[in-house]
Amino acid sequence: MKRSTFVATGAATGGALVLGFEFAPSGRITSFADAATTRLVGFVTIAPDETITIVQPQAEMGQGVQTSIPMLVAEELDCDWSRVRVESFPAIDKIYNNPAFGIMGTGGSSSVRGWFMPARKVGAQARAMLVAAAAQKFGVAASELRTQNGVVYHDASSRKATYGELAGAAAALTPPADVTLKTHDKFTLIGKPVKRLDIRDKVDGRAQFGIDVVVPGMLYAAIRQSPVFGGTVGHYDEANTLKRPGIKKVVNLKNAVAVVADRFWRAKSALDALNISWSDGPNASLDDAKIAADLKAALDDDASAAVAKQVGDAAAALKGAAKVVSAEYHVPYLAHATMEPMNCTAHVTADSCEIWAPTQFPGPIVQVAQRFTNLTPDKIKIHQTYLGGGFGRRANMDFVIQAIMLSQAAGAPVKLIWTREEDVQHDVYRPVSTTRIKAGLDSTGNLVAWQQRIASPSIFGMNPGFGPPQKVDDSSVEGSADKRYSIPNFLVDYVRKDFAVPVFFWRSVGNSQNGFFFESMLDEVAHAAGKDPYEFRRALLKDTPKLLNVLEMTAKLGNWGKPLPKGSARGIALCESFGSTVGEVAEISVDKGNTLRIHRVAVVIDCGTVVNPDTVVAQMQGGVNFGLTAALFGAINIAKGRVAQHNFYDYQMVRLANAPHIDVEIVTSSGPPTGVGEPGTPPIAPAVANAIFAVTGKRIRTLPFVKAGFTA
Amino acid sequence: MKLSVNGKTVNVDDAPDTPLLWVIRDSVGLTGTKFGCGVAQCGACTVLVNGEATRSCSVPVGSVAGKHVTTVEGLTKGDTLNRVQQAWVDAQVPQCGYCQSGMIVATTALLAKHPHPTDAQIDDSLTNICRCGTYDRIRVAIKKAAGAA
Repeated sequence: MKRSTFVATGAATGGALVLGFEFAPSGRITSFADAATTRLVGFVTIAPDETITIVQPQAEMGQGVQTSIPMLVAEELDCDWSRVRVESFPAIDKIYNNPAFGIMGTGGSSSVRGWFMPARKVGAQARAMLVAAAAQKFGVAASELRTQNGVVYHDASSRKATYGELAGAAAALTPPADVTLKTHDKFTLIGKPVKRLDIRDKVDGRAQFGIDVVVPGMLYAAIRQSPVFGGTVGHYDEANTLKRPGIKKVVNLKNAVAVVADRFWRAKSALDALNISWSDGPNASLDDAKIAADLKAALDDDASAAVAKQVGDAAAALKGAAKVVSAEYHVPYLAHATMEPMNCTAHVTADSCEIWAPTQFPGPIVQVAQRFTNLTPDKIKIHQTYLGGGFGRRANMDFVIQAIMLSQAAGAPVKLIWTREEDVQHDVYRPVSTTRIKAGLDSTGNLVAWQQRIASPSIFGMNPGFGPPQKVDDSSVEGSADKRYSIPNFLVDYVRKDFAVPVFFWRSVGNSQNGFFFESMLDEVAHAAGKDPYEFRRALLKDTPKLLNVLEMTAKLGNWGKPLPKGSARGIALCESFGSTVGEVAEISVDKGNTLRIHRVAVVIDCGTVVNPDTVVAQMQGGVNFGLTAALFGAINIAKGRVAQHNFYDYQMVRLANAPHIDVEIVTSSGPPTGVGEPGTPPIAPAVANAIFAVTGKRIRTLPFVKAGFTA
Repeated sequence: MKLSVNGKTVNVDDAPDTPLLWVIRDSVGLTGTKFGCGVAQCGACTVLVNGEATRSCSVPVGSVAGKHVTTVEGLTKGDTLNRVQQAWVDAQVPQCGYCQSGMIVATTALLAKHPHPTDAQIDDSLTNICRCGTYDRIRVAIKKAAGAA
């Protein structure tokens, strides 16, 4: 995380935080300023009626950032929270860069982590400007003033002024470079369960998602992409299609065909009637068997293996071990399946490009649009809508690029909407992954050696725009290589094996599979040692008190060790990801017909300082269900070079009837905030798999559970 | 053809086999009803047709002529939420929010039929998909709304 980015922005502009504006040397606003509403420090607008509007640059995709980032600003601003409103960014500008990335974007459970200090600094600067304006007005020193709930008070003379009264004068001042932030004990908002600001709009249909965007003169597009990865368009029946009502254009995008029409259903129906033939290209024979065989071979490919983490000598320790436990684990590709299918609206003209997108990364869209339009950045405007789910999928640009190209081809604003079938078959997928683990126990059942090889496609290798390729892709080994159990001889290495199936970031990324691999295998090892899986972990965590605390709290919340009826059991898992530690206990039952029920999940998270506790609870609940869907049902299969699944009937999701009751406890901490959006996901698959073993004696080493004969 | 949506009569010129969903969204201009799957699997497009929860992606508009269609926008009276919507706010249910229109409409229909639904009735009626995994809170909110009846 690059915390310095925000500070550097201030320094580069002469100490004045020029956030949202380009200030001339005099401090006057010279670009995109709204005379009626002047933004303090580029983020805070105070209206005469005391309404406070705060720019929230992160993508709201359900994680509550629309509320938690403004809470950070408001905390230091000392304003009246009930008057706070939120607006999206007024322009792509480096001042709105996610401080964790240095670009405008949302991912990696980084929003609160990145903005925790910078957003508070914005609030403190705006407050200081309001205080300075009051000091001028009253003719007193700023140090004689105090602020509370949107009012500046001069107690000595019993005078006061509201922020609304002071905003105009404050806007003319230069933001102070140095401000003092509150100590944690002075927080009045941070740490309180605040009602989310976006929820009212999400119960009556008024919240605007990307798919809801309407632009004057807008046309609609439906798209079909080559079923085989890497295939291209052959022939299609354009002449007959153009005769259908409302059809404006058929566009050949080389790897896809789109129909543009005056209504979406007309475009979609015409697309269905196009009779497209495809040129399948070199990948038409790729299938699961080939992928599995290549990954298996990769596990034996010593020459290609790169070390991810090494402590002691695992090979030697295995030779001297009293008992060795070996196993191979495997997970399939997974689709994101956001509820809102991919969509984007673009309007490209000769001298402008305007884009409305449910995107996680609005910043880089500018470069993408530049590449396709040859326009300069000042001619490119990006609007970020609500996202109907993100989970990493909406960090990709494919659907945005298509919308740009279709608007160019149609000469009109175009809203492109993918069908669910396109969404499932043309996702960028959580990689398939295979691992082989050998663990050694000494004569008293202590874990003395862990040797693990992981073979999988490399996300960073296959998406070079996201960073330089690494010998060991962290995203392939995270959740295994970075485990902090005390194991004296430890080796995790990695063999990269890519396939034609595109891969990408999927909620919790590598932790989603490595959490399952590592925590399931640790359970196997505990049983081989004849020890309770919880006690076995406790012994391995005696040197890491933070993790031990989470583990012990999880066992308590999860009623570990308490009796259960026959056919029921608990499983436990502990994973660290995105800086946070999460423990989960799953309480399950399996009946004679192999029907698996997950009754209750107990979750404990240590995520440092908590901004909005109810959001943390919600993200743990959501993260568990997201991981549970993958563990129970999730598999994208490849046959004849294409995805075998189509829609929710063959890519099943957890629904209300399968969803467990989830209890969440948050560790009290004043440490720096750590990730929340993703860390709830990794522990659930191993927690349930370990519980299944406890009930049935059957060890599940390949996901999903339904492939092992269980129904849910 | 003429359609009754949220108590108002609207004229639309879509072909009769056009799914009701796309007529509501693109011709009537009410976007609270969402497209999720197109095959009546996920329930994001749920509306009431004569009070019955109906997955509008899989119903041709021609089949609802003369019937009363209610979308999520039609559940509010002025700015006042119905008890299901209010329960959703109180329980802080939505995350991304995309599926919640369908959840709320389906729950409104459920409570009209079963004012105090059992867990089994809830499981049978609310088969909509929420990818954010808000299910625990949905159950709480349904029971809150039922209690407020």
